[in-house]
Amino acid sequence: MAQNNKFGESFNEDQMSYQDESPFSQNQLTAENKPRILLMGLRRSGKSSIQKVVFNKMSPNETIFLESTNKIAKNDVSNNSFIQFQVWDFPGQLDPFDSNFDYESMFSNCGSIVFIIDAQDEYPEALSKMSSTIKRVYQIQSSVKFEVFVHKVDGLSDEQKISAQREIQEQAYEDLQVAKLKEIELRFHLTSIYDHSIFEAFSKVVQSLVPQLPTLENLLNIFISNCRIEKAFLIDVVSKIYIATDFAAVDMQTYELCSDMIDIVIDISCIYGMKNESEPLGYDSESQAIIKLSNGMVLYLREVNKYLALVSLLRSENFEKHGLIDFNFQCFKKAIVDVFKK
Amino acid sequence: MFKKKVLLLGNRGSGKTSMRSIIFANYIARDTTALAATIDVEASHVRFLGNLTLHLWDCGGQETFMENYFTNQRDHIFRNVAVLIFVVDVENRDAAKDIGYFKSCCEAIQQYSSDAKIFVLVHKMDLLNEEHANKIFLLKQHELNQVSSSLKVTYFRTSIWDETLYLAWSSIVYSLIPNVQQIENQLKKFCEVCEADEIVLFERATFLVISNASLRPHEDVHRFEKISNIIKQFKLSCSKAQAQFQKMEVRNSNFTAFIDILTQNTYIMVVMSDPTIQSSAINININVARSHFDRYLQHQATESN
Repeated sequence: MAQNNKFGESFNEDQMSYQDESPFSQNQLTAENKPRILLMGLRRSGKSSIQKVVFNKMSPNETIFLESTNKIAKNDVSNNSFIQFQVWDFPGQLDPFDSNFDYESMFSNCGSIVFIIDAQDEYPEALSKMSSTIKRVYQIQSSVKFEVFVHKVDGLSDEQKISAQREIQEQAYEDLQVAKLKEIELRFHLTSIYDHSIFEAFSKVVQSLVPQLPTLENLLNIFISNCRIEKAFLIDVVSKIYIATDFAAVDMQTYELCSDMIDIVIDISCIYGMKNESEPLGYDSESQAIIKLSNGMVLYLREVNKYLALVSLLRSENFEKHGLIDFNFQCFKKAIVDVFKK
Repeated sequence: MFKKKVLLLGNRGSGKTSMRSIIFANYIARDTTALAATIDVEASHVRFLGNLTLHLWDCGGQETFMENYFTNQRDHIFRNVAVLIFVVDVENRDAAKDIGYFKSCCEAIQQYSSDAKIFVLVHKMDLLNEEHANKIFLLKQHELNQVSSSLKVTYFRTSIWDETLYLAWSSIVYSLIPNVQQIENQLKKFCEVCEADEIVLFERATFLVISNASLRPHEDVHRFEKISNIIKQFKLSCSKAQAQFQKMEVRNSNFTAFIDILTQNTYIMVVMSDPTIQSSAINININVARSHFDRYLQHQATESN
């Protein structure tokens, strides 16, 4: 990164262009108009557990104690002021198209609907409910994205996982053909709350709702190539979902390590770094951490904003002159702030 | 070299092997469900702090084995014991059985190793409703005290799902470390020299807390075992990625914490809230302390043996 100006220049307003695919413009930021991710699925498919594990830092082992959800829990996860979404844990036994619900307004602001299908259970009912929901929603708002989590795959072998996904995928597309909706795209993810796959899947879902994603990715690419960083993630500290990463392939192990680093940083900060309870997570503007590993790698965490952290993995020899990295990071951080200001 | 015999006794399924696997064998809590019932006694040797070896006797709790321990194998099991750890599953309906076993243990210990330290772990506390948890713990404590005759018993409430496991085992190990008082004194001096808020010394493999020194009070009395738990979990995550962490620095506007290797068998954590002190200064101090503690621990080993 030669000069500050050069970096700043590449991202001035005129040159920035990003695909705005989401059904909302950035001006619609009032509470009720936040883009929504709706979680839907049959009873006991795992929706509440997913919500608790991803957004409420619950350990997956504790989720067996969760009772069946009886009402719609509107969980406003405003854990990230730039990317705001809501998870509607829609209990499986209620019919979303019951005339008592104002499903028009519910779906018209929706960014993505995530269907949770229990891979260890029978598929037909889940699939038929899913296709009828897709049909109805598409009529109300055609820009809604549909995602399918083939869930609870932790007990399955790799072969079983692939065949479960294939079966569900084939049946789903067939149903859409029959309903004359073959232009609708579905994305499938294999998930489990017992490993990082659920976080990886949500990261993909959230990324498709972030209009600034290409810009964020570009910024990350420039940052890592100038600092000789191997991999960097822009991660939401509460949910550990990554909002953006550089173009190098995502290796799950690296993502897990970065995500675990956030855990340990927050946990230690909660014990020693809380002065008068101002920041509930002990995460403030000066939060940072360095972890040196025995394999010659270094993990470096820097606060980007109230909700996001940049976690980078690099070789320790490239970290030695980290004053330079810190300077580049300041440029990067400023650019991120500018990107989201618009 | 100090060798200490540690007996792990308790009804079958009470959690003895799970606990020892988590603390000493790097199991994560979730994987302990795969452990099979222990057959008779499983002995293992654990090196601790370089100059201490723990001989862990994990005694399978099935009825036939238990009866054997108190009869045919009585002196083999209960002789030369440094520590007896008795584990009780808090949800065990047959409380009378636990009480009976504990009574027998106490009698045998009194007979063969009257100097042994006795710990009772009231385990699986996570299964209880929070409201009743304390009441039930106190009840168990009371029941078991009735049969421990004149022996001094220390009680802990534990669960493999939280940091309480680390508090219990840190306390147990602490009671076994020779000259732990001297280590504590050195640590206190180091803390004063660094002007640190707090310094904690951990055993390297288990991350059990050996000792700590503070210059500044802290409201969370459970922070030590929480830190043990947190760092241990991270250590396990790292090993999944075929790496180990060597050192760590975490900070925000209110504090900086340094975690680094101190000696061959220990890690040290230094917590500072004085923002004017540079990290390089802390690193220098740790380096100097390292050679001091190295010499000191080795000196102790030769002296006491």
